Formats: sequence, C-alpha cells, structure tokens
Amino acid sequence: MSSPQRVAVLKGGQSLEREVSLRSAANVEAALRRLGHQVISVDADSSLVRTLRTERPDVVFVAIHGKGGEDGTVQEILEILNIPYTGSGVLACVRSMDKVVTKAIFTDAGIPTPPACAFGEDAFRELGAADALGEVQLRLGLPLVVKPAKQGSAIGITIARSPEDVPRGIMSALSYDNHVMLEQFIPGREIAVSVIGTADPVALPAVEAVFSGDFYDFESRYTPGMTELVAPADLSDALAAEVSRVALQCYQVMGFRGFGRIDMIIDADDQVWVLEINPIPGMTDTSLLPKAAQAAGLSFDDVIERVLGEAALGI
Amino acid sequence: MNDGQGAPTADRTTARDPSRFEDRFAARATGIKSSAMRDLMSLTERPEIISLAGGLPDTDCFPDEIFCEVWEAVATKYKASSLQYGPTEGLLELRQYICEIMRSEGAIAQPDEILVTAGGQQAIALAIGAFIDPGDIVIAEGPTYPGAVPTLTTNQAQVIHIPLDANGMSIDSLEEHLDRLDSQGRQPKLIYTIPNFHNPGGVTMSLERRHQLVALAAERDILIVEDNPYGAIRFEGDALPSLYELDAGAGGVVYLSTFSKILSPGVRIGWVAAPALILRKMNLGKQAIDLCSSTLGQRFIIEYLRRHDWRQHVGRLNIIYSSRRDAMLAALSNEFPAEATWSHPRGGLFVWATLPEYLQTSELLARAIDRHQVAFVPGGAAFLDGQGQHSMRLNFSSSSEEKITEGVHRIGAAIEAMTALQRAFGGGV
Ligand SMILES: Nc1ncnc2c1ncn2[C@@H]1O[C@H](COP(=O)(O)OP(=O)(O)OP(=O)(O)O)[C@@H](O)[C@H]1O
Ligand SMILES: Cc1ncc(COP(=O)(O)O)c(C=O)c1O
Repeated sequence: MSSPQRVAVLKGGQSLEREVSLRSAANVEAALRRLGHQVISVDADSSLVRTLRTERPDVVFVAIHGKGGEDGTVQEILEILNIPYTGSGVLACVRSMDKVVTKAIFTDAGIPTPPACAFGEDAFRELGAADALGEVQLRLGLPLVVKPAKQGSAIGITIARSPEDVPRGIMSALSYDNHVMLEQFIPGREIAVSVIGTADPVALPAVEAVFSGDFYDFESRYTPGMTELVAPADLSDALAAEVSRVALQCYQVMGFRGFGRIDMIIDADDQVWVLEINPIPGMTDTSLLPKAAQAAGLSFDDVIERVLGEAALGI
Repeated sequence: MNDGQGAPTADRTTARDPSRFEDRFAARATGIKSSAMRDLMSLTERPEIISLAGGLPDTDCFPDEIFCEVWEAVATKYKASSLQYGPTEGLLELRQYICEIMRSEGAIAQPDEILVTAGGQQAIALAIGAFIDPGDIVIAEGPTYPGAVPTLTTNQAQVIHIPLDANGMSIDSLEEHLDRLDSQGRQPKLIYTIPNFHNPGGVTMSLERRHQLVALAAERDILIVEDNPYGAIRFEGDALPSLYELDAGAGGVVYLSTFSKILSPGVRIGWVAAPALILRKMNLGKQAIDLCSSTLGQRFIIEYLRRHDWRQHVGRLNIIYSSRRDAMLAALSNEFPAEATWSHPRGGLFVWATLPEYLQTSELLARAIDRHQVAFVPGGAAFLDGQGQHSMRLNFSSSSEEKITEGVHRIGAAIEAMTALQRAFGGGV
C-alpha cells in the first residue's frame, strides 16, 4: 500500500449525470478511506478553485461524469493549479466527450465504428437540414440511433424504427446537447471493456450487459437487478482477444491515462463495433468497471489504488 | 472533510456486488426504479437556476418576533414534556385546536376522531397503508399529487386516473369507470381527491360535483380520502364545504390536512380526521412507523395557536401569493405559445400548464435547466400511467414576482427553441 495522501474527490458537478457521479464518488471515497488515505470530498461548484486552494490536496480523484468532469474542464483547472489528478488529461477528455470527434479519430485509426452523421441545432433551424433526413436514412438505414453528441448514461437516446421517429428523436436529443448524432443501429451484444494503466495499459475481462428493454438505457443501467452483467463475458478466446485488442487500440489512439471504458457491440457475425470511450467510467454499484475488476480478481480498492497511483499532470 | 484512518476493511468485494441484496428486497421496494428525470430534478437546487419546481410555502414572511416568542414560551413552560415522547394520536390540546380549525371551516369532528401525523404526507401514507393491498384499485385525479405517487407505487396500488377539468374531477368519467369495473366484478378501495386548489392541477371542485361525489361514493360504498392542505390558501371566491362536511358524519370520508401551508412545513405536523374505527387502524400504523409525531413541533403549534390568530398569518400569505399568482398568469399570457393552456387558480400554490403535443416537458426541462437556468416539474410526475408528458407544474408561492416573470420568460424561450425545431421538421414531429 502506498503512503497515505490527502485526496480530494471531485464529484457532483452540474451535468445531468450529477446523481450518478455522487453514487460513483461515494464508492471511491469509501475505498480511499479503507486504503488509509485522507479524503476531502468536494462537490464541484462555483467555489471549486477556492476550495482546492484552501484544502491543498496532494492529488485529486476526478469522479464527475459528463459535462465538467469528462470534457476536460476540471482537468484544465487542475493543470493550472498544478495538482496531479487521476484519469485522462484535457485533450483526451475533449476528444472523447464529443462522439463526433471520437468517431472521426476512430475512423482515421481504422477502428470499426458504426457509420453516422451529425448536425448542430442550427443546421435544422437555419439551414434546412431537415430536408436531408431522407438521404441520411438511405445511407444509414432503419432503425437508426439518434443521440446527443455530448451526453452519457444513455440520456436522450432514441432508437428510431420508422421515418416518423427520426424528427422526434432529434428533438429529444437536442434537448440534451446542441449537436445530434444519427448512427447506424447495430443489433448485437452489448460489451464493455475497461482498461487500466497508462504506460502499459491492460484490458480487464470484457463484461456483457444483458438487458431486457430496447437498449441499455438509464433505467436498466442504474436500477439494481434490471440488467444482468456477465463478467467475464461469454466470448470465444479469439473474440475475447479481439475485443481487448480493439479496446487497447482505442485507449491508446485517444491518449487515455489511468483508466477508461470502451463500449462496443458485437454483431451476429462477431464483428466488433466501437460505440464510444469514457474517460471517467461509472463506479456505482451497478457499473461495469467494478464488475470487470472483480472478474480479473482485483478488488474495487485495488483498482482505486492503481488509478490513484497513476495520477499525473500533462495536457 | 473526513479522516477515515483505521476504518474496518471487511469484505470489499461483496459490498460492491449489486446483486447482493437483489433477491432480498421487498416486492414493494423493487417498484422503485432509477430515473433520469428524478436525477435531473436534483439540479434544480443550483443557485443560478430559477426554480418554479418546488412546492414551498414562503416561510420568510413568518414574523421573527412571533417565532422567538413562541419558542420561548415552549422553552419556559414545556421543556421536559416537549423533549419527551407523546401519545401516538397527538397531544390532546392540539387535537382540540384542530377540531376548532375544522369547525371554523364548517366540519364537525371530536378530538378522539383526530390523529396527529408527521405532516400531510404521513397522513396519506397511513390512509393508503390502512386500506391498500397489492393490486387494489385506487381512484385518483389525473394529474394527482406527485408526492402521493411513490406512496401509491410502493403500496402496489392499481391507480385509475380520472380527468380533471376547471370544476375538478369529472364525475361522469368517474361513474363510467366505476360501471366498467363493476361489470368486471371489481370495485376501488378508495377515491383519493384534493378538492381545493389542487396540487398540481390548480383547480377546485365545484359544489355540485362535491355533492355528486359524496352521493356516488356513498351509493357505491367506496371510501373517500379527502386531502385538503390548501383550503385556507384562498385568494378569492367563497369557501366551499369539504367532502367531510357534506358526508355529515356518515363515515364515508377520511379527511387529511396539515399545518404545512398555513404555518410551516418544517414543523411536520398534519392530521387525519376519521371515524374512530378507521383511526384505530391508522394509529397502529403510526405506532409502527414513528410512535408519535414530534412533541416539539406539536408544542410549537399549540403555543402559536394559543397566542395568535392563524387566519391573520394566512391572510398575509394570501396577499403575497395572489400577487405572485397574478405575475405568473400575466407572464404565461405573454410568453407561452397560443396553443398552450393553463389553469387559473383562485388559491393554492400551483399553475398547471399544458403545451402542444409536440413538446415533451421532460425534454423541455433538460433544455430549460441546461441552457436557460430555469426549472419546473414535468407533468409525468403527477401520473402513475405515463400521462402528463405535455404538461408542467409551476409554483408561484416561493419566488418573487420578478423571479416568476423572468422564470416564465426563460421557459418561454426554451419552448420557442423547440418550436423552431418543430417548424424546421415541417410540423412532422
Ligand atoms: N449504433 C448503435 N447500435 C445499437 N445500439 C446502440 C447504438 N448506439 C447506442 N446504442 C445503445 O444505446 C446505449 C447508449 O449509447 P452510447 O454508449 O453511445 O451513449 P452514452 O450515453 O454515451 O453512454 P455511456 O454512459 O455509456 O457513455 C448503448 O449502450 C446501446 O445500448
Ligand atoms: C396535496 C398534498 N397533500 C399532502 C402534502 C404534504 O403535506 P406535508 O408537507 O404536510 O407533508 C402536500 C404538500 O405539498 C400536498 O400538496
């Protein structure tokens, strides 16, 4: 066990995933205490910088999901204040928060991700993008997935099964962000691969989320018992190796540090499709990363200790 | 800040295992699902947000000197007894005052027909708990009190919503539902209704419907649970008799009320008036939950009522609230689209607004909080069956007129943004 540190756990924030963050942070804080660290619990609000200056933590554990925590904002603040922090740096966060940017990077790197297109709210209001929805449907087919470009926890996502569902889904997605992504729907198994480490990252065993509804939505994610998490996922050796390889490639091409989680779908032909990568994976009781760690024989505390040990500075 | 040196390190992995408690939760607890909407509401507490979401009475205008004077009286005369347990049914003196309050509103009850509760909320929970088995039918208005929704859900009630119009619950629709149920050999256990200044509907049941409802319930032998927190929060018009009064001691109505809106929700004191036979069951239910309501809170109310006229305080509140209501109605006319409709409450704390079909108020809320710094309660919270998607509840009691005007303006801007999108899709949404 490393020597005890003063660790500020940043949590809450102003995003729609605030409550999820509070649940993650509660687990992180408990683990840090068990590990003998001194925990300073900081709900990120307008006095954040002042609080950090007064408290002078040795290191910050960032446990904010979504806006503020995963988009590079608090990381930028911590860089300026010169306080090492867990997880990825500013640039990796900026890239992964926006699904449009992530997709472009994955595509460039030859990582398979479902075809998609994206529009800002202005495109519909001012440039008549609505008239192009026919072409979008021709290209992507139906059903298609309509999602906010920057949002997590499956908030604001619609699976559009008929042409009439598409505008409805866009209105919905644009309530949560001012960019919307329309993506080809990939039927298949929902797989998440968590990665920990920085210089030599390792992929933890894949976890499969078996849910009953239309997709892995908010309710199925955070209502205990609604989704079965199978860890390790029941995959052939070859497929298990393939998802790990793809996950590590995503992690590295995005320049992630500390930890991260890559969400994918495996279709009926065993083709792996990457949906996205998360710099602050959920740490709640029903989250995927803790489950993956368990399957790898690591306790939750082991993970937290390792992630804390990799805290650093650097854009 | 916390320093957890030396905390126990027992069994780390199983404490994290989500399935660990799964097969042990009570069936009524599994009905509680995680919801993005509930989480969203927690953002409304941010200082930069104008929240028209809460249901808070204005406690700022409770006079400082009266507050101090009353506590001082409690402290000097009742130190030991107000720090002590009290009877489950509540302090006799308080029950006598409650009977007086009810009598001043036309209803006759004896102190032994009163049960003091921890707010009106506990009164609802005790009433539902006393009568509802899983699967039992409860009739409620649609919309109904959002705070009753979890109570009904955890008791696994099957709720039938009866539409609400400007005159309250539609008795025709109620009768149709009762006939239909009757033809299936089924009968509701109770009718839960808020006749005065409905939360969230903002409407009041007409005298004619009150008579009809009491007669119909008596004829079909269905118990009425009348929830009346807002009767005294009246800005204009004459008071109408309560259902309890109209039932005239026939035992068909369980009456619930509270000091929350007339004095303070912080003291957590409400009450039930019901026939002794029913009250006995509810008393047992309360014993199981909390033994007795806060003696301190009860003493505060007693000492207040002994020294002051609560109607005077309510009179002052009503003047403040009615101007705020006016500000809200004016702002709604200025800012909301022509197709929107809303209630024109003559009392209470809320306006219920309904928007055109293409606007989902849960989505509008996400946009409103994030981009316009304003919040309201989306209508879905007032139903158990997924209705209310295009409606919202707006509170006017807890914000200044300027804040109300600005808040409604901001909601109007969020609506306008969504309407512009809808137009871009050629109305095909
Ligand atoms: N292209 C797709 N094909 C099939 N299902 C999809 C697709 N995109 C998203 N989904 C479903 O929607 C869910 C959420 O999608 P996604 O991971 O893109 O959103 P998110 O809100 O960023 O989630 P997270 O909290 O995991 O970051 C997925 O878990 C999956 O069930
Ligand atoms: C209709 C209704 N019933 C009951 C209550 C609960 O009252 P109390 O705060 O006394 O628990 C409220 C409070 O908002 C209400 O609106």
